[in-house]
Amino acid sequence: MTQTLEAAPQTQAATDSACFARFRNVQKSYDGVELVVKDFNLDVRQGEFVTLLGPSGSGKTTCLMMMAGFETPTHGEILLKDEPINGLPPHKRGIGMVFQNYALFPHMTVAENLAFPLEVRHLSKAEIKQKVQRALSMVRLEEFGDRRPAQLSGGQQQRVALARALVFEPELVLMDEPLGALDKNLREEMQYEIKRIHAELGVTMIYVTHDQTEALTMSDRIAVFNDGVVQQLASPDTLYEQPENAFVAYFIGENNRLRGEVTELSGERCKVRLDSGETVFAKPVAVAEAGARTTLSLRPERVSLVREGSHDFENRFPAKVQEVIYLGDHLRTRLAVCGNDEFIIKTPNADGHTVLRPGETVEIGWSSADCRALDA
Amino acid sequence: MSESPTAPLKTADGVSLKTSLRRAVRRSKLKALLLVSPLLAFLLIAFLMPLFDMLWRSVDNPEVSTALPQTSQALADWDGASLPDEPVFAALAADLEAGAEARNLGLVSSRLNYEKSGMRSAIMGTARRVDTLEAPYKTALIDINDDWGELATWRVIKRESSPYTLSYYLAAVDRQYSPDGEIVAVPDYMQVYVTLFWRTFWMSAVIMVMTLVLGYPVAFLLANLPLRHSNLLMILVLLPFWTSLLVRTTTWIAILQSQGVLNDMMVALGIIADEARWQMIHNKLGTIVAMTHILLPFMILPLYSVMKTIPPSYMHAARSLGGKPFLCFRRVYFPLTIPGIAAGGILVFILSIGYYITPALVGGQSGRFITNYIAYHMQTSLNWGLAAAIASILLFVVVVCYLVFNRLIGVDKVKLG
Ligand SMILES: Nc1ncnc2c1ncn2[C@@H]1O[C@H](COP(=O)(O)OP(=O)(O)O)[C@@H](O)[C@H]1O
Ligand SMILES: [Mg+2]
Repeated sequence: MTQTLEAAPQTQAATDSACFARFRNVQKSYDGVELVVKDFNLDVRQGEFVTLLGPSGSGKTTCLMMMAGFETPTHGEILLKDEPINGLPPHKRGIGMVFQNYALFPHMTVAENLAFPLEVRHLSKAEIKQKVQRALSMVRLEEFGDRRPAQLSGGQQQRVALARALVFEPELVLMDEPLGALDKNLREEMQYEIKRIHAELGVTMIYVTHDQTEALTMSDRIAVFNDGVVQQLASPDTLYEQPENAFVAYFIGENNRLRGEVTELSGERCKVRLDSGETVFAKPVAVAEAGARTTLSLRPERVSLVREGSHDFENRFPAKVQEVIYLGDHLRTRLAVCGNDEFIIKTPNADGHTVLRPGETVEIGWSSADCRALDA
Repeated sequence: MSESPTAPLKTADGVSLKTSLRRAVRRSKLKALLLVSPLLAFLLIAFLMPLFDMLWRSVDNPEVSTALPQTSQALADWDGASLPDEPVFAALAADLEAGAEARNLGLVSSRLNYEKSGMRSAIMGTARRVDTLEAPYKTALIDINDDWGELATWRVIKRESSPYTLSYYLAAVDRQYSPDGEIVAVPDYMQVYVTLFWRTFWMSAVIMVMTLVLGYPVAFLLANLPLRHSNLLMILVLLPFWTSLLVRTTTWIAILQSQGVLNDMMVALGIIADEARWQMIHNKLGTIVAMTHILLPFMILPLYSVMKTIPPSYMHAARSLGGKPFLCFRRVYFPLTIPGIAAGGILVFILSIGYYITPALVGGQSGRFITNYIAYHMQTSLNWGLAAAIASILLFVVVVCYLVFNRLIGVDKVKLG
C-alpha cells in the first residue's frame, strides 16, 4: 500500500514555511529495469530529527545519497529550503554527512580532518583553530586532536566523524547507519550523544537505520521504508500504537498475526472470520469493504489471560501453552491460538500471577480496539 | 600465590615456559624449512652463487700474480721511483721462460694490455725469444723491447700483481690509472659508460613517469568500475603478459619504423610529407615508447591494489564537506595512493634499468642502455671483469633504491593483486 506523506492537514500551513528539505515524487533506478525508490515523498521541518527506517536493501542509502548529491533522481525533485537542488553538485549543497564506516581521512590527524571543511571554505587560521577546538570539545575529545584516526577506538572515531560533519555549521546533517559498527553499550551512549548535540545545535537531521529501537528512541518522526516505498511516516508512538499496514506492524515491535476475511464492516468495528474458522472483532484500519482479506495485528502486551473477575473481552479464545520463556521481569509465553502456534503473550512476573505450564490450556482475550485489521 | 612475581614461569612438568615454547616452535620451524628447501637450493645454485661469482669477478685479478709469480714477489719491495734492479729483471726472465714453456702467457698479456697498450706484444715478443736471454737480464730485456725500460710498465705490473683490483670499476666509470698510478678520466673519445649510466637512469625515470601518467587513470577505473567492466579491463591490462616480449617489441618496430604503420597513416592523411617521414624507432623515442608499453602493467597493478582499498566514502565525505572535485582528489585521494605510486614507480624503475632486450632491438645507437654493454662485454669482448663491474654498479643502485623506498614507504605496501 502506498501512502501520500503530506503532513496532517492542520499543520500543512505551518510546514509550508518551515519545511526545510523535501523529496517530491522521487524515483530512482540504477539499471533502468527496477525502481529502487518508487515514489518517495518526505517533508522535513527545520530542526527536526527524521529517521528513515527499513530493512537492508530497501533504498534508504539511495535516498540519502540523492539528498547529498552523489546520486541523481531518475524522476522527481529534491528541494532544500524550497530551492530545487537536483543539479547542484555535492560540495555546493552544504550538507554535513556521517558515514557508516566514518570515512575519516586516514592520512590526516583528527584536527586536520576537522579543519578540512573549514580550509576549503578559506577561513582564517585562527578561526579554524578555534572552531576545531570547539567541535572537539563538543564531542569531548579535546585531547585527541593530534592523533590519527587509526589510533582511536570505534566510538571515538564515530565522535570525530560527527564533529567533522558539524564543524562547518551545516543546517542539515545526514547520517547513514552511523552506529552500525559499534557494540550495544557504545551504541546507546552515542544515541544519547547525538540526541544531545541535536538538541544543543538545533540542526535538522535525517538519520538512516535498520534498527527499530534506535529509530524509536531518537526520532521526532520515522519514515518506515520497504520495497522503495514509505509505508508510514509518523511519530514513534503513533507508529507503534497505530501501525497502518501489516509491514509496519510487523517491522516495529513484536506483533501477533492472524489472517482472515472481513465479513462485516461498520465504522469503528468489523467482524473477521479467521482462516481457522473463529470470528474476531477488530478495529478496521486498512480494509476497504466486507469480503476483503485482512491481517489482524495484535501486540503481545495487549493480550490478557482471562481469569475470574477480570473484565470482559469481546474476543475470548482457548489457547494451548507451547513454551514459556523466563525473562526476569516478565514471562514470554508461546501459545497455539486460532490455528497460529506462534502466538506470543507477555505476562508480568508479578505477585500472584498465574504460572503457566506447557501443555495446559488457558483462556485468553483482547479488546477489539487493540486488534487492528490491516491489509492482507 | 607462593611464587614471587619475577620468578620465570614453568609448565606443569617443571620445564621453564621459554624452553618448552622454543621446543614447540622448533618443530614447526623445521617443517617450514623443509618445505622451502627445494626453492632455497635452486636459489642458491641459480641465483646466489652466480651473484657472488659476478661480484668476485669484478675485483678478482689473478693473471699477473699466477703467471708472473717471481716477478710479483720481486716487485713487492720496489719503491717505484726508478727502474727496478737486476733481480727483478731476472725474475721476469725466469717467469717468461716458464710461461713460454707452459704456454700460459695469453691471459696475463691481454690483462696487462687493458691497462697499458703495447704490453701484449712486449710479453709475447719477449717470451718468443726468452731462450736467447742471458745475464745481465736488465739490458737484455730492454734490448728486446723498449717497454721494459719504461718506469710505467713496471708500475703497471706491480699494481696488477695484487690479487685484487679496482681497475674494472674505474673502467666502468670511464676512469683509469695514469702512468703514475693516479686515477684520471679516460680520454674524451673513449668515454662511454658514464654517459650510458646517466642515459639509463634518466630514460628509466622518463619511462617510470610515462607509465604513471598512463597507468594512474587505468588503475582508477579498474578499482572503481562495476565488476563486469573492470574484469574486462583487467584482462586488457594483463594481455601483454600473455604475449612474448619479443613479439611485443618487434610489433613496435612494425608500427614505428619509417615505412611503418604510423608513418604510412600520417603520410596518407597528409600530416607529414612522404619524404619527411619521422624517425621514431632505433633511437631514444623507440626505447621509451616500447618500454613504457611493456612495463605499464607493473605500474598499474600496484596502483590498483592500493586504490581498491580506498572506499568511495572518502571522496564522498570530502565532497560533502565542501571540497571541489579536484581539491578532494589532491587532498584526499591522491595522498592515499602514494604507496601505490611509489611501489609501481620503484618496480618500473628497477625493471627498466635492468632491461636488455628491448633497448637492444629498438634503441639503435642512441637509445641503448648500459645493460647492452654488459652483454657486449660478456659475449663479444669477453672482458668479464668489466661486465661484472658494470653489473655490480647497477646492482648497487637497485639496492639503494630499494632501501630508500623501504625507508620512506615500506616494502610491505607492494602488492600486485
Ligand atoms: N550504486 C548502485 N548500483 C546499482 N545498484 C545499487 C547501487 N546502490 C544500491 N543499489 C541497489 O539498490 C537497492 C537499495 O540499496 P540501498 O539504498 O543501499 O538500500 P539500504 O541502504 O536501505 O540498505 C539494493 O537492492 C541495492 O542492490
Ligand atoms: Mg544502506
